[in-house]
Amino acid sequence: MTVAEALVQCLERENVDTIFGYPGGAILPVYDALYHSSRIKHVLVRHEQGAVHAADGYARVSGKVGVCIATSGPGATNLVTGIANAYMDSIPMVIITGQVPTSQIGTDSFQEVDITGITLPITKHNYLLKYPDRLPAVVKSAFHIASTGRPGPVLIDIPKDIAQTKIAFKYPTSVRLRGYKPTYKGHPSKIKEIAALIGKAKRPVIYAGGGIIASNASSELLQFAEAISAPVTNTFMGLAGFPGDHPLFLGMLGLHGTRYANLAITESDLLIGLGARFDDRVVMNINTFAPKATVIHVDIDPAEIGKVIGTNVPLVGDVKLVLKALLPLLEKVDRSEWLERIRSLKAEYPLTYSRACGALKPQFVIEQLWQCTKGDAIIATDVGQHQMWVAQFYKFREPRTLVSSGGLGCMGFGLPAAVGACIGAPGRKVILVTGDGSLQMTMQELGTMIEQGLDVKIVILNNYVLGMVRQLQEFYCEGRYMAVNFRFHPDFELLAKAYGMPGYTFKTEEDVLRGLAEAIDKPGPAIINCIVPAEENVSPMVMAGSGIHEAIDCG
Amino acid sequence: MEKHTLSVLVENSPGVLTRVAGLFARRGFNIDSLAVGRTDRNDVSRMTIVVEGDRSLIEQVTKQLHKLIDVIKISNITEEEYVDRELVMVKVGAEPNQRVETMHIAGIFRARVVDLGRKTITFECTGNAGKINAFEESLRPYGIKELVRTGKIAMLRGNKFVSVGGTSRDDEED
Repeated sequence: MTVAEALVQCLERENVDTIFGYPGGAILPVYDALYHSSRIKHVLVRHEQGAVHAADGYARVSGKVGVCIATSGPGATNLVTGIANAYMDSIPMVIITGQVPTSQIGTDSFQEVDITGITLPITKHNYLLKYPDRLPAVVKSAFHIASTGRPGPVLIDIPKDIAQTKIAFKYPTSVRLRGYKPTYKGHPSKIKEIAALIGKAKRPVIYAGGGIIASNASSELLQFAEAISAPVTNTFMGLAGFPGDHPLFLGMLGLHGTRYANLAITESDLLIGLGARFDDRVVMNINTFAPKATVIHVDIDPAEIGKVIGTNVPLVGDVKLVLKALLPLLEKVDRSEWLERIRSLKAEYPLTYSRACGALKPQFVIEQLWQCTKGDAIIATDVGQHQMWVAQFYKFREPRTLVSSGGLGCMGFGLPAAVGACIGAPGRKVILVTGDGSLQMTMQELGTMIEQGLDVKIVILNNYVLGMVRQLQEFYCEGRYMAVNFRFHPDFELLAKAYGMPGYTFKTEEDVLRGLAEAIDKPGPAIINCIVPAEENVSPMVMAGSGIHEAIDCG
Repeated sequence: MEKHTLSVLVENSPGVLTRVAGLFARRGFNIDSLAVGRTDRNDVSRMTIVVEGDRSLIEQVTKQLHKLIDVIKISNITEEEYVDRELVMVKVGAEPNQRVETMHIAGIFRARVVDLGRKTITFECTGNAGKINAFEESLRPYGIKELVRTGKIAMLRGNKFVSVGGTSRDDEED
């Protein structure tokens, strides 16, 4: 069989059921091979960026490796943003790109780009297939690398002539990569040391990140937190990894985190970092972050430990396995004083917003969305203010129910990711919360959504402004609002109609109370356009250079 | 700021140098010297990388290098006993009457003449960085026309090795 046919065989062996893609010249042989596959569903997107974000959304909700495919040149470069996004958020993904024939590589031929060169810094690994016989081993390795250790995207670039070459197909049963051996099991003596530190701590705080989701460690995290009576704060990537309505939950920390999470960190004497990377939006000012705390840092990626802040107890390992090993060693300690302090911090600095002005507040929409779904939905978001309001006001209950671009902060992620999420989690309610700016970046994927018959509810928090940038300009540019106000938007109700789905416009709290639940519960896709004030800020907010304990109220 | 010498074993595959060099560039690590060549095994290359930085920077460099799939093994040999060498070729302007003088200097450094032109003389010299620097300075008064250094290569002394272990294979990842 040809390399292209072998590739399809390999994908089937890896249990790939869906791939998101866009055809073209150099990838033609692979599409011809896909024609004959009955097991792989190909989802035709409207732009390659849609394919890569959809594969990402699919991976986030299912935990499986997302797969996308595009042709050479512009097809490949259109994937770049989405690959970077998956890399930053450690999402397992395999990307297949067509390449010009080997004889033309390096000659600036039609639709040629050096995509392995371009994606070098944003892939976990990548391959330019030069020897046809290597295809099965390369695909096997790609899936292995993408899904193990700290997950990430792996790209395979296949020249057209190679794809057409005949090979004897044999899928390898194992992977041999001598330079890649992730450490899963935490060192037992370190685990004992951690248990002892926890036993002595008076004010411990658990700081849990995306690693909790990636290693499917949510239930272990819950047991751990309850066993040691320690409050839990999530990074943005960690949200949904701990029940949002649990008394020990502190919400998100950092730049737009809750005051009580940030203050608990500041007062803490033991910070237990689990699968989190002390990102700059979390730490803000290194010198004032968790100043009284002994720091434990558990991560599967050794390079994250000690990268940002000094760690007292570093532990390389899979968070789930580490917590499992730790649980039997924990002693019950009375922490009623600390928990009382947490309760009073929550009472003193609640997460709140003003409803006085009579307008429809975006936070109110999120709260009502939670009321409609009771946390039983997959929420995809775009990037900006609406994303932070979701993080603050939607109480996630189960892992893999938040689909959002964290590290890269990539506007335009939401709609295609919701498409992928809807396919990756059949039977689940999928709601996209987006902004009027973000949605218009990848709005063409409405076509994919309708064509695939996907039931995605699109809630636009429409303020006619790039709200997060507007907020930055209010605080850092003395209110000089440059290039943030939209003077034109399409009529989103009519747009919904153009795609053959219902459209709603909500302008008041009454509108939302009257219509949101019905719009959400009605089967089939819909656009729900909520007109909200442009001046609303995400609050609290930590100003650049400040410590997280110095958050200001800017509501 | 100290200089650290890292011996890095990598897959002998196309693009591996770009991966390593690119990593240094984008993470803001400065390479002082870099020498690459294959080892006794066809499928393994060895890079000797000299990096300047404090302990935490070197730790990051090492950890980030480890994340590259093509990197097999990294040894920071700085604090061990090791021998290191560099090869330099220097072309010096030398009229016939200056040749003897330059060759005398070369003799002191145990350098060898590798080429002789009508107005130039070219030496090769091996040694550690200090010796090479001294050789260069000694020749400077005669006018250095061209100079090329290989960068440092290094090896642990005695019964210690930086090696992959196991048997050689030629069919590694491409």
